[in-house]
Amino acid sequence: MIELTGLFNYWIVVFLMMAGFYVVIARDNLVKKLVGLALFQSSVFLLYISMGKVADGNAPIYEPGITAYSNPLPHVLILTAIVVGVATTAVGLALVVRIQEAYGTVEEGEIHRQDVADDDAERPAPTTEGDAEA
Amino acid sequence: MLFGIFSLMTAALFMDLDAVDVAFTEAAVGAGVTTVLMLSCLHLTGRWEHQPSHNPLLPLIVVTVTGAALIYGTLDAPSLGDPGAPVHQHVAPRYIQQGPAEVGMPNMVTAVLASYRGYDTFGETFVIFTAGIAVLMLLGIREGPESVPGHTTVGAQQIILRVVVKLLIPLILLYGLYVQFHGDFGAGGGFQAGVIFATAFVLYDLAFGEGDTQRVVPASWLPRLGALGVLVYGGVGLASLLAGKPFLDYSALANDPVAGQHLGVLIVELGVGITVFSIILAIFYALSGRRHGA
Repeated sequence: MIELTGLFNYWIVVFLMMAGFYVVIARDNLVKKLVGLALFQSSVFLLYISMGKVADGNAPIYEPGITAYSNPLPHVLILTAIVVGVATTAVGLALVVRIQEAYGTVEEGEIHRQDVADDDAERPAPTTEGDAEA
Repeated sequence: MLFGIFSLMTAALFMDLDAVDVAFTEAAVGAGVTTVLMLSCLHLTGRWEHQPSHNPLLPLIVVTVTGAALIYGTLDAPSLGDPGAPVHQHVAPRYIQQGPAEVGMPNMVTAVLASYRGYDTFGETFVIFTAGIAVLMLLGIREGPESVPGHTTVGAQQIILRVVVKLLIPLILLYGLYVQFHGDFGAGGGFQAGVIFATAFVLYDLAFGEGDTQRVVPASWLPRLGALGVLVYGGVGLASLLAGKPFLDYSALANDPVAGQHLGVLIVELGVGITVFSIILAIFYALSGRRHGA
């Protein structure tokens, strides 16, 4: 039983990760996809921080008389990853804004349909391919 | 909104897992900046989504199968808080035992971040800088009707909002400075300080409109400030290189190696703080400028 509760954190991580993954693959809205990616990202953060925890350990700030500290290395990695994460999310949002300006929509299927329509318009003899997913 | 609450909860959880520095960053970034950026983007792209055209069954099956495989994988993982887990075996004991003596600062996270793994952090700072430049290339900072100084926004007419924001901003800035320069002793450092500093300006912008904020920090400064931060970081590395030590070996900066380490970490953190501050603010200006310009 103790063994199972020790794994509880990992299961939360897996649940969050799969929730993010589901949003990414099941939703058409590009903003929602980014939210899903952010959720996925937080689950990875949680995984690292859980691994760094030591039972009865303290926060890794040196103080005389304390011998057990949690592992500082995952903290460092995740600290920088969070800030890098917001920067990369911002790049994604900027791309979405540009897509909205170019296509007038952020729905993936709609964008694809417009692309196919553009291709057909350029071609002199339109073929019947490319509408399979609609 | 929900995303902001989710981030705050995550931060509390990190706190419980002894990761004070990370909790700090998550609270500032996730609950503050990301939410504002997401809302800006939603404002630009429309609030409602269409009904998804696919059947949700296939993604659901994929997700369930992957999740089950991952759960099966965790059965072999060391349980939470096990001091004998493989993560705690390699370099971590050295950081914990030698860190305070070698780098001369109590906060091991800062010591590892800026000194032992200085290369990584340099790389991360560069990634943030590059991301900021990418956003500026994609969107640019537009001058909208609201970027005229003295333009009154809806928020500025509400007296409670105005008074509270004005009271809060000096405190946020002061706190940002404290976090920046106290990072070697307590939780904090350049990454958190940069975000907190940027949050103060974002708050002012949200309440009083863009024009007044850009009078304090003009948008054209921001990419240059970001580059300056990276240059400060790289300059420290070059200085140690010129002193005949390896790149980013701070012991070369002073006669006493520990004092040199301390000085080096302070300067490097300052560079990180400047870059993070200016890039976050530039990204915010870019997204909110679109909103007013469109």
